[in-house]
Amino acid sequence: MTEPVTRPEHTAYGPVKRKEDARFVRGQGNFTDDIQLPGMLHGAILRSPLAHARIVSIDTLAAESHPKVKAVITGETLEQRRLAWMPTLSQDVQAVLATDKVRFQGQEIAFVVAEDRYSARDALELINVEYEQLPPVVDATKALDPGAPVIRDDLAGKQDNHIFDWEAGDKAATDAAFASADVVVGQDMLYPRSHPAPLETCGAIADFSEVSGQLTVWATSQAPHAHRTLYALMLGLPEHKIRIISPDIGGGFGNKVPIYPGYLCAIVGSMITGKPVKWFEDRSENLMSTTFARDYHMHGEIAATSDGTIIGLRAKVLADHGAFNGSAQPSKFPAGFFHIFTGSYDLRAAHCEVTGVYTNKSPGGVAYSCSFRITEAVYLVERMVDLLALELGMDAAELRMKNLLRPEQFPYTCPTGWEYDSGNYPRALQVAMDIADYPELRREQAEKRERGEYMGIGLSFFTEGVGAGPRKHMDILGLGMADGASLRVHPTGKAVLSVSCQTQGQGHETTFAQIVAHELGLSPDDVDVVHGDTDRTPFGLGTYGSRSTPVSGAAAAVVARKVRERAKIVASAMLEVSPDDLEWSGRRWQVRGDPEKARDIAEIAMAAHGAIELPDGVEGHLDAETVYNPPNLTHPFGAYICVTDVDPGTGQVQIRRFIAVDDCGVRINPMIVEGQVHGGLADGVGMALMQVIAFDSNGNCLGGSFMDYLLPTTMECPSWELGATVTPSPHHPIGAKGVGESATVGSPPAIVNSVLDALRPFGVRHADMPLTPGCVWTAIQGRSLRSDLAVP
Amino acid sequence: MQITVNVNGADYSRDVEARLLLIHFLRDDLGLTGSHWGCDTSNCGACVVWLDDTPVKSCTVLAAMADGRKVRTVEDLAMKGAGEAGGGRLDPIQQGFAECHGLQCGFCTPGMMMTARWLLDRIPDPSPEEIREALSGQICRCTGYENIVRSVLWASKHTGGSVASAEADE
Repeated sequence: MTEPVTRPEHTAYGPVKRKEDARFVRGQGNFTDDIQLPGMLHGAILRSPLAHARIVSIDTLAAESHPKVKAVITGETLEQRRLAWMPTLSQDVQAVLATDKVRFQGQEIAFVVAEDRYSARDALELINVEYEQLPPVVDATKALDPGAPVIRDDLAGKQDNHIFDWEAGDKAATDAAFASADVVVGQDMLYPRSHPAPLETCGAIADFSEVSGQLTVWATSQAPHAHRTLYALMLGLPEHKIRIISPDIGGGFGNKVPIYPGYLCAIVGSMITGKPVKWFEDRSENLMSTTFARDYHMHGEIAATSDGTIIGLRAKVLADHGAFNGSAQPSKFPAGFFHIFTGSYDLRAAHCEVTGVYTNKSPGGVAYSCSFRITEAVYLVERMVDLLALELGMDAAELRMKNLLRPEQFPYTCPTGWEYDSGNYPRALQVAMDIADYPELRREQAEKRERGEYMGIGLSFFTEGVGAGPRKHMDILGLGMADGASLRVHPTGKAVLSVSCQTQGQGHETTFAQIVAHELGLSPDDVDVVHGDTDRTPFGLGTYGSRSTPVSGAAAAVVARKVRERAKIVASAMLEVSPDDLEWSGRRWQVRGDPEKARDIAEIAMAAHGAIELPDGVEGHLDAETVYNPPNLTHPFGAYICVTDVDPGTGQVQIRRFIAVDDCGVRINPMIVEGQVHGGLADGVGMALMQVIAFDSNGNCLGGSFMDYLLPTTMECPSWELGATVTPSPHHPIGAKGVGESATVGSPPAIVNSVLDALRPFGVRHADMPLTPGCVWTAIQGRSLRSDLAVP
Repeated sequence: MQITVNVNGADYSRDVEARLLLIHFLRDDLGLTGSHWGCDTSNCGACVVWLDDTPVKSCTVLAAMADGRKVRTVEDLAMKGAGEAGGGRLDPIQQGFAECHGLQCGFCTPGMMMTARWLLDRIPDPSPEEIREALSGQICRCTGYENIVRSVLWASKHTGGSVASAEADE
């Protein structure tokens, strides 16, 4: 072959089977609760049965006398160590173990350390807590009423339940747009509280050595490095003496981002007893105390001209953050990225206001694959567009196609300031409509309506912003959201990539190996990926908000390119040519115009570790490090169509078809990308039709087990129909965007729009999620339910 | 109390508390951590093992109830003695899950595979609907189920097990 190589001869992208699966299918995964250490003790937490009460006394004597109990820790114990309160990820504090009051049902009060799991739980029943009950604040819409009980009297001078007011967009311009509109439609809607409920609950094993001062924590953590720094700050331990190991994680979805009281209790338990202490919550503890998601009471308004040109959007949101503001998002954004709520449409002006309030419910807010509240934003705009279509008598697809941003508008700065990196929206919607055969579906629907059958067709189009983030804009408690990566190529050309992000099922061990292999002309089998251990990986902020591929994935590509550039210099010495005479073929460095003279990475690695004379200024060996600070978010998008059949007699909804066309830029491993989309679609089914964490008027949690908090099974989920378009990100090193949360963000409005489309003959405009049979039936009767509160 | 349970072909005699759950007996006493615990209420199926050839949710079975009976867990799925490196040749259901991306975090996978193996032993060529019905009492939070169904279908069509023979079939 003599002609010059003009394109890479090598790709490592593609549907490579996952490396992780070899251990998982054999039952040889290594999850935190699988780990047993010699002499290990077990912890259990006593929790409040009440939503709001003053603690009069805690009597632990009987528990301490239990023959198998080694320690009983209360808030008083922690106060002596200045650990009774811990910082949250939203500049608030949260009680580790309650000292003054309990503020939600399930709040942590005491921690028992015993010889085994069962004894620890036995001893909880021997602790006697005397309470003085206080009236709870359950309904967020009443949290700011004058005279509402003040939940956070621990905060100096606090006399109400207000947390923050926040706004984005141009109010005057939005008001002007609305004033000039032919049509304005408004709607109240609730995105109810849900819980990510990974199948593995949260837990930790803490092992503190007084002799070495070393603390090792095995934990279900999506962000081990951030946890290490936070522990160092909280505990006053030197950070280099703290090691966080996140082994295999049984799903995260945002549930495993924060530090929970149980982790700190396990650490203190180990410090007190001198033994490793394991703490694992049960399912009820998981659902009732760890971070919830959503709980946004929203009012949306959309303005348009009579021909269906959308010109303005407004939203007012009341955000229920629970008893402590433990919402986990970049510090400058108290409402997360909600203000991307103009979605995928070319409109003139937008303005949103968000008010956060305390209630007597568990803390959290940002969790569950929401891309920092983009879930709520997309739901709002996609419901509003459907309501506008209804008002105008336009087809919902036609209205969207008319208003979608056009490809030539990218990069596009939306009215609230986000710069969307790339997109071809009409193409994605058209692909989805083609897969669905949209005109045929509408024909079928019309026929069925004639026969009194209720079939719905719902659309949604979403734009995400993922990959937090540019560090000048985005930090978690002051830690900038940039990710490190290091790459070592061994003498025989086998490589080890170390990354700071943490897989919880996303397949990083495979995908990231593909990224490096692609850059270096290797096979993915030649690259091992190390993650989940702060002693073995460079610093970074972890995996959530779909940031792994946009940030750590970019770091992997950049560090591989650094190695490739170093390899070039070594190759030039090997081939005795100037580096300027070399070109990368995709597999090897070769002499321009003489491709027979070439060296691949394995040959170069051996030489780099060998005796060859290297050019001045070139160190031996073949490795590199990098820190990737993303210049912008990436903006994946997609078009979803959901077909439902609704039984008006029972209110039962059956999802017949679900078409999802996702554009997440370049797909490194399409098999894994599709798996990510499948999972998110199932989440959408759960949220739209089944899942809600509701409360009764006393603040009792009504979603405290899987018998009450219903998750989708094989029976509710259809066989997904996927499509893809590829619009590379212009600023990401390999053009990839995140995809982990796209379907969770995009699918709920498609399902809700579909059900409401089915109910159109009944004159139903809106109903709040989850659209359970009871909710749908009630809506058909012309009434509505508050899904977040028990019906009195 | 003293119990003797045959787990994956070997007898284990242990002195246990009467209240000890089978899942904790398997995981904590025998160190068989392939079976997982997920909910306590028989809803999720992460703990599914076979008790005398029938899938059970071992979080709601007492270890004492397994006394004198046979238990089979995920650790027993791979065929023994096939001589292949890496711990024996995989059962087709294990291969199916790896081939079809039927798992992500891997936490529900052992339970799913145990039920699927049981299904295939009774209905060698199940329809997607029969697979969904069989797995309907178990929860996966990652995959949206589609690839699990495909994994079981794959296994039903590749009964010989190995990928090589599977490809030869096609």
